[in-house]
Amino acid sequence: MTRLFSLIACVLFAISPNSFSVTPAEAVAKAVLLEDKTDEQVALIQSVAPDQALIDLLTLWKEGGIFLLEVPDHAKTPVRLDDTKDSDEKQGALLLSGQPFTDAAGKQVRLLASDLNAAETDSDLRTAMKSILDLAGLAAPDRQARLQAVETLGMGQDPTRLPALRVRLSKETDAEILSVIKEAIALTELKTEDPETIVAACRALGNLGSIRSQDALKAIAKSSGATARAAQEALRKIEQHLVTVNTWGTLFRGLSLGSVLLVAALGLAVTFGLMGVINMAHGEMIAIGAYTTYVVQCIFGPGLELSPFGLHISFPSLKATGWLYDSYFIIAIPLSFLTAALAGIALERCVIRFLYRRPLESLLATWGVSLVLQQLFRLTFGANNVQVSSPRWLSGHWTFNDVSLGWNRVFVIGFAVAIVVGVFLLLARTPLGLLIRAVMQNRSMAACMGVRTERVNLLTFGLGSGLAGLAGAFLSQIGNVGPSLGQSYIVDAFMTVVVGGVGSLFGTIFSALGIGMADQSLQQILGNPVLGKILVLAGIILFLQWRPAGLFVTRSRSLDN
Amino acid sequence: MNTTPRRESLIAGAIALVLLVIMPSLNAWAPQDSLFYVSNFTINVWGKYLAYGILAISVDLLWGFTGLLSLGQALFFSLGGYMIGMHLMLMIGKLGQYKSDLPDFLVFLGHTYLPAFWAPFSSFLFAALMIFLLPMLLAKVFGYLAFRSRIKGVYFSILTQALTYGASLMFFRNDMLMGGNNGFTDFKFLLGNDVRSAATQRSLYIVTGIALLAVYFGCRWLTRTKFGLVQRAIRDSETRVLFSGYSAANYKLFVFVVAAGIAALGGALYVPQVGIINPSEMTPDKSLEAVVWVAVGGRGTLFGPVLGAVVINALKSWATRAIPDMWLILLGSMFLFVVLFLPEGLISIPARIRAFRDRRKKVSPATASAPVPNAPVS
Repeated sequence: MTRLFSLIACVLFAISPNSFSVTPAEAVAKAVLLEDKTDEQVALIQSVAPDQALIDLLTLWKEGGIFLLEVPDHAKTPVRLDDTKDSDEKQGALLLSGQPFTDAAGKQVRLLASDLNAAETDSDLRTAMKSILDLAGLAAPDRQARLQAVETLGMGQDPTRLPALRVRLSKETDAEILSVIKEAIALTELKTEDPETIVAACRALGNLGSIRSQDALKAIAKSSGATARAAQEALRKIEQHLVTVNTWGTLFRGLSLGSVLLVAALGLAVTFGLMGVINMAHGEMIAIGAYTTYVVQCIFGPGLELSPFGLHISFPSLKATGWLYDSYFIIAIPLSFLTAALAGIALERCVIRFLYRRPLESLLATWGVSLVLQQLFRLTFGANNVQVSSPRWLSGHWTFNDVSLGWNRVFVIGFAVAIVVGVFLLLARTPLGLLIRAVMQNRSMAACMGVRTERVNLLTFGLGSGLAGLAGAFLSQIGNVGPSLGQSYIVDAFMTVVVGGVGSLFGTIFSALGIGMADQSLQQILGNPVLGKILVLAGIILFLQWRPAGLFVTRSRSLDN
Repeated sequence: MNTTPRRESLIAGAIALVLLVIMPSLNAWAPQDSLFYVSNFTINVWGKYLAYGILAISVDLLWGFTGLLSLGQALFFSLGGYMIGMHLMLMIGKLGQYKSDLPDFLVFLGHTYLPAFWAPFSSFLFAALMIFLLPMLLAKVFGYLAFRSRIKGVYFSILTQALTYGASLMFFRNDMLMGGNNGFTDFKFLLGNDVRSAATQRSLYIVTGIALLAVYFGCRWLTRTKFGLVQRAIRDSETRVLFSGYSAANYKLFVFVVAAGIAALGGALYVPQVGIINPSEMTPDKSLEAVVWVAVGGRGTLFGPVLGAVVINALKSWATRAIPDMWLILLGSMFLFVVLFLPEGLISIPARIRAFRDRRKKVSPATASAPVPNAPVS
């Protein structure tokens, strides 16, 4: 490597006097024509100032987009092709300077890409190209590209790049990139010969909490002397930083899992907690919401053909793209509430209203309903999971001091807060809420006061099921959507409600967050998701020893409650 | 239900005679091409049904007689199966795929010696003891915790569901050293006999039948004692039982432990006949399925659950072959139908027909609506 660079430096020096008069296109064209003479090619492309034109040409060359054209009674000419593909798949030829390549009659030559020989590159040349591109990337106007370039240079640990990095350090204004540049410089300095520089670099890395540099530091820590001690110290600091990052990451994941549980359990808190109906088909209500989201997505996208029981149902396609397609989720949210609420109302009318006095049997009957619904999903949408793609505004993530926060997770948290507030307002501030609470506290007394309890039951159950549908819309963004989607949440949702205290919405909030946090922390500590889950279940059983009625007890004088 | 005890014993005896004496004899001695020949397949399938019948009785003892809807019976059932499975795995000896003394999956996981808790299972007696001991111990601990804090009704159901769910998660793990996902299979010998031979399967079938009969009469006796009376009183109004000075928790705990033992016995008889046990037998859904048998057959009776188990599983055998897509829909709707329209199950149909006939005979229909006795309240 060093030999190559000294060679390059020599050649560079040799041809530098006239280098300012050469444009990138000329230089690259010349270099392409040199074919096998790698050293001269490298010297040529390094002789020009790295501007955007050079970057584009080199990228094109690397990707095999520059061709060596051999025309009779013409010298070999390097050409590239433009974007005008005609019916024969032929494209117009351009010189590297961008002018059309013309034949004797002055007409642009049209060529077929597959007939041409791409200008070749060998590994030394590609290395040189990459280093030019990396360095050029440091000045790229796009923030993401710049970040990428700095990270690549840092991981390369090539001391010859230090000057370029330092130049960038003085110019850069973006705080995140600045810290990455500092990290890259320190990381590269580890490879220098001077022990004091290395010690300083170790210290810098330690202070930065650089997770990336652990491997390089470990290699140094194995040696002896001051550098090794500095590296060990830095590693210790990075370890501390990692613990912090993991703690915050766990907290965030716990919060988001808690929100998922909360969203899934809130509907149950209404149907089970307030009404006392054990709805084992609650999970299927969640699945209905998720499938509604899927159907809406398909209508915005490619359309959907379903054929359950030999029927053919075909949904039209809006063929939306871009922001319009991404907005499908906004439409899907209210629709999934509605479909699930309607399904819930139908369930209440047909089955549950006969079983208000027999809770155990409502458990069994709704389990039957859940079996039927699952099979219907399977027959309608297939036994495999369906693909629900997140809109773009939900698929990114923030990285904050090495803690990565997925937007969809952040969104779930925000959404859970919104639903809780909504449900609370509905129950506490509206006339319907008043009726619901009256009927749930004492059904016969409310009936005596003239409340139409049948209707209130219906609406309450619809509300609970609709909330499950909302949960489904959200779960479709963070997990698989399949016929057994509901089954994977039903046990957790019931646990959440029971631990929180049946009949208490606030209890549900606390227990959802508590279970979410406990689950994620145990996973982090034990390093095993299944074991964590088992421990949480065991913990819940023991918790109920201590508080049999859950966190928040709804007191009543009735004996059998 | 309306049948007098003597008539019920008579019917049970007649069915036992057919299932336990006539069917195996026909299997063993009737010529293969004769009309009366009972194939090995039939024997095997019926053996399975009878094992399910034992499970159904255990569910009914809890739900029909004590009002405890336990969704953990599938757990005890499979635990019993796992215990006999461990013994059967060790009896394979060097005939496994890896030609090792260790069970195949342990070799596959890289074990070179038998884990300590496996070793005693090479003794059949120990395994037979553990079939009862382990599930009953688990039931004792869990039941103690649950009943002490007065968890009842649907809370008990949800909690047992969570217990089963947690246990199945545990058995799915390979580190548990219980075969993980695949469980135990490829059994070869039971007490020195080839497990798959017709004679062994026939003997297993007879043993299952006798076990079912013993469980049936045992539970019949238990539910007719004073203990059974308290049991039913707890079902109908636990608070009143408490006020009368009975410790309902102890009664419930005893029933729960006994039922766990019965379920485990069913599982232990089931596994050698089907030749496989894995954690998918342990899910809360399987428990609910057993509850369906009881509900369809008729809870609060002892004959109903067995009837339900046989009828539904026979239906399942047929439906999963003939209309596989519709089976779950059929099961679900059947369940809905029974809960909504036939709360006392199939076994109440004769009584209902009789009541209907009586009503038509009476001059005034108002005086005739005799409520079905023994009907569970919730």
